[in-house]
Amino acid sequence: MRFKTESSPHVGPPTAVSVVMRRVLYALVPGTALYLWFFGWGMAFNIVLAVGTALAAEAAVLALRNRPVRPALGDFTAVVTAWLLALALPSLAPWWLVVLGSLFAVVLGKQLYGGIGQNPFNPAMVGYVVLLISFPREMTLWLAPAGPGESGLGLAATARFVFTGELPAGMDWDAITMATPLDALMTGLNQQQTITEITASPVFGALAGSGWEWIALAWLAGGLWLLYQRVITWQVPVAMLGTVFALSLVFHAVDPDTYAGPMIHLLSGGTLLGAFFIATDPVSGSTTPRGRLVFGAGVGAFTYVIRTWGGYPDGVAFAVLLMNMAVPVIDHYTRPRVFGHGEAS
Amino acid sequence: MKETPTSRLWEFHGGLRLEGHKALSNRTPVRPAPIPEELVLPLRQHIGAPARPVVEVGERVLRGQVIARPDGYVSTPVHASSSGEVVAIEDRPVPHPSGLDGPCIVIRTDGEDATVEPRPVALDGLDPTEIRNRLREAGLVGLGGAAFPTAVKLNPGPGRGTDLLVLNGAECEPYISCDDRLMRERPEQILAGARVMMQVVGAAHCLIGVEDNKPEAVESLQSALETDGGEDIEVLAIPSVYPTGAEKQLIKVLTGREVPTTGLPADVGVVCQNVGTAAAAARAVHGGEPLTSRIVTLTGHGLREPGNWEVRIGTPIRDLVACAGGYADTVGRLIMGGPMNGFALTSDAPPVVKATNCLLALPEAEVTKPADPMPCIRCGECARVCPASLLPQQLHWHIHGREFEKVQDYALFDCIECGCCDMVCPSHIPLTQYFRFGKSEIWAREQERKKADVARARHEFRQERLEREKREREARLAKKRAAVKKGAGKGSEDKKAAIQAARERARARKQAAEDPPAGDSGSE
Repeated sequence: MRFKTESSPHVGPPTAVSVVMRRVLYALVPGTALYLWFFGWGMAFNIVLAVGTALAAEAAVLALRNRPVRPALGDFTAVVTAWLLALALPSLAPWWLVVLGSLFAVVLGKQLYGGIGQNPFNPAMVGYVVLLISFPREMTLWLAPAGPGESGLGLAATARFVFTGELPAGMDWDAITMATPLDALMTGLNQQQTITEITASPVFGALAGSGWEWIALAWLAGGLWLLYQRVITWQVPVAMLGTVFALSLVFHAVDPDTYAGPMIHLLSGGTLLGAFFIATDPVSGSTTPRGRLVFGAGVGAFTYVIRTWGGYPDGVAFAVLLMNMAVPVIDHYTRPRVFGHGEAS
Repeated sequence: MKETPTSRLWEFHGGLRLEGHKALSNRTPVRPAPIPEELVLPLRQHIGAPARPVVEVGERVLRGQVIARPDGYVSTPVHASSSGEVVAIEDRPVPHPSGLDGPCIVIRTDGEDATVEPRPVALDGLDPTEIRNRLREAGLVGLGGAAFPTAVKLNPGPGRGTDLLVLNGAECEPYISCDDRLMRERPEQILAGARVMMQVVGAAHCLIGVEDNKPEAVESLQSALETDGGEDIEVLAIPSVYPTGAEKQLIKVLTGREVPTTGLPADVGVVCQNVGTAAAAARAVHGGEPLTSRIVTLTGHGLREPGNWEVRIGTPIRDLVACAGGYADTVGRLIMGGPMNGFALTSDAPPVVKATNCLLALPEAEVTKPADPMPCIRCGECARVCPASLLPQQLHWHIHGREFEKVQDYALFDCIECGCCDMVCPSHIPLTQYFRFGKSEIWAREQERKKADVARARHEFRQERLEREKREREARLAKKRAAVKKGAGKGSEDKKAAIQAARERARARKQAAEDPPAGDSGSE
């Protein structure tokens, strides 16, 4: 009897990229749900618009590149990219902002480098930074957390704003927007207020930003589940959060009036979302275990430095992109000791 | 003081806990396989030079008779595994990944199984060289699957003190259970073999490493040790993490010693042998029997009645499949060895050889579907499971880009091709295949370079020779010219004398030609 042959091993892996990406999406669900709860329907429009644009853009570029379209769309990587970008945008954003950001992320940030696995920069953060630099006004209008369940704008009003830019009659921007905690921190410090005075404002809640703190904890929960599922490794989140924690603790201890404490830094802005979902992007991050520690620590340090002394209230996106640039060097110098080479540890 | 075994075990990086599938074949004792009508004995069943036949077609041979002698140091003899008549010495299908034929001696068996007189010998006072010769004459090779000549492996060479013999009973590949059954059924043979090998290499201790998914085997060896009372041998149950049975990984787990990358176990004072080889060594020395049979696991859901059989070397696989109840209808692939490291056979025509520890028939549905791989997303799972602590993702990247210097820098040649990285890759990249390709490409390039170097050296040498000859010719000519010039100036007397002498010589020759000796003119 004759048989077909193949190279060993003869049994295959039980996992797939699409499985991994789907798990990332599951882990994003609790935080996203809380986001909708606190800030209304805007984020839903963000996500739908971003994901739709990303899939269309990916399909179009793949068709232009004569590459198979269907498997690439089925791997969910574009969905994850778009979803993360949407979460980084203000919750009430005009449609063109979301579409443009998503286009930049997928076309410029990913496909022009050769598609999945080839991009040196985190695509979601590329899209985000392009928007942040190009459209500062639209990118800094944040809704106030409207208290659990009571959104400031209904579904119809939100849709109208997203597609026409018009707010309901009798409602103006000042009534519905509010500085984010990190914005409030920066403005307050510029006005010579102390941290205690700033955090007394209604922007802040029990731990950090009111409303925001719960969303941050939901990212933490999703991230821990990803760790448990072994979708991500512990090195990047631990190093990044540890660095932010250590730096903010030291500076807060030295001068508590000028430097916010660890709790505010860990639970505000993009820290937790960044630590578990963005800096853990395997493609644009370091691929060695020790390198991931360096990479995470670098993202944490840049985040803190930009927040504290830079011109932007938050720094996660810039920190991730800056560390992306350092990845080849980090990978080169953090190779593990190969079995039988040099001294056994 | 008795330490708990686990307290003194070490770990290697990575590895996988695989589903064992051992119960499929390890529940029944080893059964003798029938004598086949025809035995096909390949001349090359070991690593090294093929053996040279010493029988002729038509000759009657007995079981245990040498039918091919080793050719060179790294080589082993081949013995007839039953009595009968040599009917052919020709190329036949052999079990090899290439699927090509190889030279074989074919014996038509007579069913009598007449055996040459065994020549047992007492181990006491036997010189290591004598024992090694005996093992060599018995045709012993590593029975774990690598088939390296045992006598060579037991000769680590001068300057390498060996204090420890490691017996490999890990059997970490899924499905295979021949060593499991051997350890359960013939533990005394393994212990006796261990002592033979210890005497050869001068090791005072022996550790037998058995994966803890074989508690019966551990128990059997331990109770045999108790009966035997020796304290020089220890049995250790080790965690069932594939590939703990890989030589360097096993040594690390049992001793904490790490064999250097380009080195041998002897560099860290260890010699490692398979338990099956040890049992065969005991039979070779104490029983005086050469290696003519081995235990083979026939298993997988592609066979109707899996189990273990004592099989004569040279038995065609298709005859053996009949012992296991034949193929199931679903069968799709036949593998020699395990699912991780074995190779797929193109057919069941080849014979069982000394390296055949397992024949695994897998149904079509259980075999990897060659799904289109996706690009690497650098998730690093492969690096997490790599038992050599390599970075498979980086190796793959550089092999893909054909940057072979980088590839070597990333220590490709430390890859043991265990297949762990393939098993966890979410992009379904056939990494092990990439690494095999990378290695052969680098070898090929090295060959090319060596050839080019030789060619360049020869070319340069020729150029130099031509120039030297030219220089010498010119020097000679210059000298001659100078001499002529000098001669024309003052030595015309010498010249005249020389001319005169030449004329004399010519005349003498002519005269000699005109007066041939009498009676010798006929043939001219």
